[in-house]
Amino acid sequence: MITNLLSAGDLDRTDAIRILDTAEELLGVASRPIKKLPTLRGRTVVNLFFEDSTRTRISFEAAAKRLSADVINFSAKGSSVSKGESLKDTALTLQAMGADAVIIRHHSSGAPHRLAQAKWTKGAVINAGDGTHEHPTQALLDAFTMRRHLTGSLGGDLAGKNITIVGDVLHSRVARSNALLLHTLGANVTLVAPPTLLPVGVDHWPVETSYDLDASLEKADAVMMLRVQAERMNASYFPSAREYSRRYGLDTARLGRLPGHAIVMHPGPMNRGMEITADVADHVRSVIVEQVTNGVAVRMAVLYLLLGGAAGEPAAEEATTSKERP
Amino acid sequence: MVAPTDASRAGSAHDSGGDARTVLDEQDISRALTRITHEILERNRDSAGLVLLGIPTRGVHLARRIAQRMSEVEDRAITAGALDVTMYRDDLRLKPARALEHTEIPDDIDGKVVVLIDDVLFSGRTIRAALDALNELGRPKAVQLAVLIDRGHRELPIRADFVGKNLPTSLAEKVKVRLSESDDADSVSITTATSTGGAA
Repeated sequence: MITNLLSAGDLDRTDAIRILDTAEELLGVASRPIKKLPTLRGRTVVNLFFEDSTRTRISFEAAAKRLSADVINFSAKGSSVSKGESLKDTALTLQAMGADAVIIRHHSSGAPHRLAQAKWTKGAVINAGDGTHEHPTQALLDAFTMRRHLTGSLGGDLAGKNITIVGDVLHSRVARSNALLLHTLGANVTLVAPPTLLPVGVDHWPVETSYDLDASLEKADAVMMLRVQAERMNASYFPSAREYSRRYGLDTARLGRLPGHAIVMHPGPMNRGMEITADVADHVRSVIVEQVTNGVAVRMAVLYLLLGGAAGEPAAEEATTSKERP
Repeated sequence: MVAPTDASRAGSAHDSGGDARTVLDEQDISRALTRITHEILERNRDSAGLVLLGIPTRGVHLARRIAQRMSEVEDRAITAGALDVTMYRDDLRLKPARALEHTEIPDDIDGKVVVLIDDVLFSGRTIRAALDALNELGRPKAVQLAVLIDRGHRELPIRADFVGKNLPTSLAEKVKVRLSESDDADSVSITTATSTGGAA
């Protein structure tokens, strides 16, 4: 097992399936009278959030608390970061306080890699979204949700499933992580976006691309709508919101053309009326709320697999040398 | 589940030969389970307030076999559950994180008599973890323990209520339970670890 979770591309098929299977077992904890496991008692998990977030931060916090870890929440607003403190000094401060894991969200792509590789912190580093780069736990919870609905098999992957990801791929870390992870799990990914919102070099990704949403609906097993990230739009990528919504929005007519078993996903937060209409968002085939529930189980699985075993300084060599479990 | 043999504790005096010695064969295991089934029913009068929970992986197979025998005796369907104790173990931090097994509780355990079922009772630490896990699932009226093999060397004040066979062992020996559900055949055998100082 890996020691940090920085990119969905770091996970091979075995690692990914182990996380999904562990999450499947941990999902049951949420339905028990006492929603707590003693496994990470005495460990400290720091939520280091340099960017706004609702569900990811709360989800990680709930996951860590259900495993009995102590959680320290750090948001850049109202901290010394607004006085000009660097990422390094912030990380060293957290290390001095004894963080066993740092969950970092940062507006700069690559910040979690810097944090992990510079060894500013001894704990595990988990990427909770960096700039327009990656968001691996979101990809894991999406894959988990797809597996539950499309195959339902423990220990299985998503071989042969057609996943269509629609919208602002250019700014979407969710799309990047999903493309990598879904490819690892054997699914066929199609990215649909206007040409201006597909990143440079997308032809090197393990995906197909299309400019036409209607053409890829009939064969889709799952459709994932991406948020139009107005806060990252520094140029006019499409003529008007209305035109975008007409060509790339998911409405009831398009929902009707999906296969009967297909599910509708959205990583949130949604712009209702923009990439998805309100009635599709609230439709029975929409699994958007379930994605949030699954997010807690998947993040518990990641925290358990990274922190639950051989710990900290003395056992670190053992953890890296004997990678396969006994 | 192979009973844990810590290398640090191994290497005691009497090594008895090199290779595996079969202690129970298929018929012996079958008879022991039938006897345990009747003992459980006798002790608890009937099966109404009983919940059978096996500890993965081989404890679950044994629990299913006992449940099947109990269904025949009681003439009604009785299902066994599974209780994974990985998250409650006290040795988690000594090894890399382990994959979880499936937990499946067939019935509400509040006010019931829970019978925990495992293959080998050794240090008692697995059972301690199971008691902790049960604690968070509800409040059983009583908890009883059934094991196929009791090999001694307890490290905690825990004992079994129903035992298939008491097997006096040395710490250098390894007890291996094989069941047809996960292995090729039913058998219980003892092997002597040859690693530390055993002159064979």
